[in-house]
Amino acid sequence: MRLKPKSALPGFHLALGYTLIYLSLIVLIPLAGVFLKTAELGWQEIIDILRSERVLSALSLSFGTALIAAALNAFFGTLVAWVFVRYDFPGKRLFDAMIDLPFALPTAVAGIALTALYAGNGWVGQWLEPLGIKIAFTPVGIIIALLFIGLPFVVRTVEPVMRDLEKELEEAAASLGASRWQTIRLVLLPSLLPSLLTGFALAFARGVGEYGSVIFIAGNLPYVSEIAPLLIVIRLEEFDYAGATTVAAAMLVLAFVMLLVINGLQAWSNRHKVRHQALAQPIQAGGAL
Amino acid sequence: MTIKTNVKQVLLASSLLAFAALHQSAFAKGNELLNVSYDPTRELYQEFNPEFAKYWKFKTGEDIGIKQSHGGAGKQARAVIDGLAADVVTLALAYDIDAIGERTGKIPKDWQSRLPNNSAPYTSTIVLLVRKGNPKNIRDWDDLARDGVQVITPNPKTSGGARWNYLAAYGYAKNKLGSDKAAQDFVAKIFRNVPVLDTGARGSTTTFVQRGIGDVFISWENEAFLAVNELGPDKFEIVVPSVSIKAEPPVTVVDGNAKKHGTEAIAKAYLEYLYTPFAQKLVAKHYYRPFLPEFADAEDLARFPKLKLFTVDEEFGGWQNAQKTHFLDGGVFDQIYTPR
Repeated sequence: MRLKPKSALPGFHLALGYTLIYLSLIVLIPLAGVFLKTAELGWQEIIDILRSERVLSALSLSFGTALIAAALNAFFGTLVAWVFVRYDFPGKRLFDAMIDLPFALPTAVAGIALTALYAGNGWVGQWLEPLGIKIAFTPVGIIIALLFIGLPFVVRTVEPVMRDLEKELEEAAASLGASRWQTIRLVLLPSLLPSLLTGFALAFARGVGEYGSVIFIAGNLPYVSEIAPLLIVIRLEEFDYAGATTVAAAMLVLAFVMLLVINGLQAWSNRHKVRHQALAQPIQAGGAL
Repeated sequence: MTIKTNVKQVLLASSLLAFAALHQSAFAKGNELLNVSYDPTRELYQEFNPEFAKYWKFKTGEDIGIKQSHGGAGKQARAVIDGLAADVVTLALAYDIDAIGERTGKIPKDWQSRLPNNSAPYTSTIVLLVRKGNPKNIRDWDDLARDGVQVITPNPKTSGGARWNYLAAYGYAKNKLGSDKAAQDFVAKIFRNVPVLDTGARGSTTTFVQRGIGDVFISWENEAFLAVNELGPDKFEIVVPSVSIKAEPPVTVVDGNAKKHGTEAIAKAYLEYLYTPFAQKLVAKHYYRPFLPEFADAEDLARFPKLKLFTVDEEFGGWQNAQKTHFLDGGVFDQIYTPR
């Protein structure tokens, strides 16, 4: 069988070979190792591990907190991006640079700092504790840590798309009698949705596997605040490599499925957008006449 | 070009990489010793290593360099299993060294009988650290199981030190209450009083000291002394329980690695040097209980309170048994926690 290049550009085979080798070395081989190690166990053992309540509750905690944090980040991150794109204010560049800090900061530092803030004797925690609100050492603390870690993913993916949005479209919508809410819902959101979904997916994927920052603020009590990555570490401490990779493989598969769904949504919203624009085109043309 | 040539390219590239990796590991070391240890021995070995190097130079004329690696005991053992080329290991519990031997074959089965005192040149025990003035009036293990007392300890699943904590409480309860069932209920009560289960001893220290969480912190005796002396005697005090466990952090040569590096003689001498009068004195200075107390300073020894100590071998039939019954997946410790 011969592979035929679809594009007229030369260098297809070289590009494909390079892509395959690079992906294999960096991504596929390490991940295949996880599944190979898992395969040392029989099906029954794998199922037993994955069906144990401890593992299930850790998985649902990790995926649940990551989803909530990514959703919150998608909303507030978009607001932050909007402010940066549309408004000018003193110190804007400084704030803009600060958005990237969670990328650069070692996650353990973030975790310790957040714990210090939100613990019962911390700056923030001391005001919340008397009100009966506990953040550090509860699942809420996990969400706080993931909010911090995930924010730049959303802001940095949405920002460039937002910058390309034409102000004239909003003005046109307003002059045609659209309310502000209609403008957001029908004009802005459809164009932003694909990048928003990408940001959401990145923040979510990062949150699911996050260990360094979460471990300090979570409290790590089994069935309450024990995240799935910690279960993996616990199994490693028992020198149970296959058991550890079983949990890891389950996380990989789950995350992969969810990312596929998000990708599908994105493709759908892209098509949706194209149709929207196709519909909008004649009206605009008509308006110009 | 066909897909087959692509496969060939992939194979070629990966074999090149494998080749490079092989060469990397073939780098031999000269007169260098790597001691892989756990967290609280940092200060001790920092002072011990240069002294041993001096002694070795005096004895053989050779210059040697000693490298140290510290971390959680389980993590360190795993690093050695995964290929960290330690010449000697000085870890928190025998189980971790057993694991290295079992999985790599680099340490013989009878390693613990190669040096005196079960290969433990120094021992320690588990004590209770409370806040100044002891506001919750904690006197013994029973007070940790009381309602309304918050206990700080790391997770025995991820911390070697915490396994000593757990076994100390369990051994006390079993002797006092007479049955395993009662002892299990007792430690379950203690662990239900634990609000934060950190992964390592240093994390727990932070939780107790910096975050101000908890009424009592179960700790190595040497760490408790460090905490009181460094963070201020005006903040914490040590409560010595009536009975505790004799914690024996063992040492051994990793024969497989030492043979490969040609450091067998140095490694053996290094560990034997730990049993000399000089080292025993140093050990006591760093708050470890020396195996040969006659060589330690009297004032250092006076700091160690007298209490009844039992060993893992006496109460639990050795580390292998203790690990299997209590800490492995589905063991007694896992049964403490139930889904809510």
